[in-house]
Amino acid sequence: MIFTTVGTQLPFDRLLRGMDSWAACNQDVSIVAQAGASSSRFPNIQTVFQLSQSEFSDHMKAARLVVAHAGIGTILSAAELGLPVILMPRLAKFGEHRNDHQSDTAKEMARLSNVTIVDDGESLHQALDLARARNFEISRVQSDDVPDELDPLIDAIRDFVWKNEASFSLSAFSSGSEKA
Amino acid sequence: MLGQNRTRPVVLAVSSGGGHWVQMQRLAPAFSGADVHFATTDATAIERVRASNLHVYPEANKDTPLRLIYCVLRLSWIVFWLRPDVVVSTGAAGGFLAIRLARLIGARTMFIDSIANARQLSISARLSLGVADRVLSQWPGVAASTGAEYRGAVI
Repeated sequence: MIFTTVGTQLPFDRLLRGMDSWAACNQDVSIVAQAGASSSRFPNIQTVFQLSQSEFSDHMKAARLVVAHAGIGTILSAAELGLPVILMPRLAKFGEHRNDHQSDTAKEMARLSNVTIVDDGESLHQALDLARARNFEISRVQSDDVPDELDPLIDAIRDFVWKNEASFSLSAFSSGSEKA
Repeated sequence: MLGQNRTRPVVLAVSSGGGHWVQMQRLAPAFSGADVHFATTDATAIERVRASNLHVYPEANKDTPLRLIYCVLRLSWIVFWLRPDVVVSTGAAGGFLAIRLARLIGARTMFIDSIANARQLSISARLSLGVADRVLSQWPGVAASTGAEYRGAVI
């Protein structure tokens, strides 16, 4: 199953049209799309307006390929599952987003081994054809740079949360004060 | 110093839904051992978090002034009721507002800009520079050219 998601903010019909037109020529492939607030019809794919966190997670786990806007939530979720993901950045000039920072995000995330970036319907179709030719195989490769930058950030936050607490509790203990 | 009768810090973790929430969950191991409460705009988070530790506030930004007022009222209620020792946010506007409110009760505050902001700080992060104790960017280049710090990234 190919899971497509456009996030919870603005519509992204350009991506959905690209998926729908590909689906018309690949009727045997199951495609489920979280379509957001779209007023268009996409007869060749199964769409739903929005998903709860559990439903989103279930769809991700059942998918062999994710196609999405360049949203951080989806990128991280796909990376955690080792799923291949095709990203199409939303563009401000089409009213798809307030600015073009999804293009910046896509450029940066392209370094991840499970990520492919596409600009338009044609490149989207090419990427989907390629995935199909590989029978949508997933190597479930864990993103190679997950541990390196995450642990120091977690440590920095943990230190901030507990700052001074150790010295406070120790001094309360040593003063002999009893807790009620 | 912790609030009265507390043996461990009370942490309020504030994040909008979507990517902000996903990043906060990746960072949540930092809160282990503390009494952590999550505030978010996505009510479906109840599927993942205990009801007593989840607080929902309305999505709002600078383009929705009325919702912003309602957002401030709701966050005020959460902050003044919970009285956290620490407030950490991964954005967006609600996170900055919660930090601004938490300052009034003497909480320690930290804003972590979304990894999506690879070229410059978000507006909420920039506003937090003058208010939060710590502001982090997940990009070294952004940290170098602003007052934010770089301490790592979610990916």
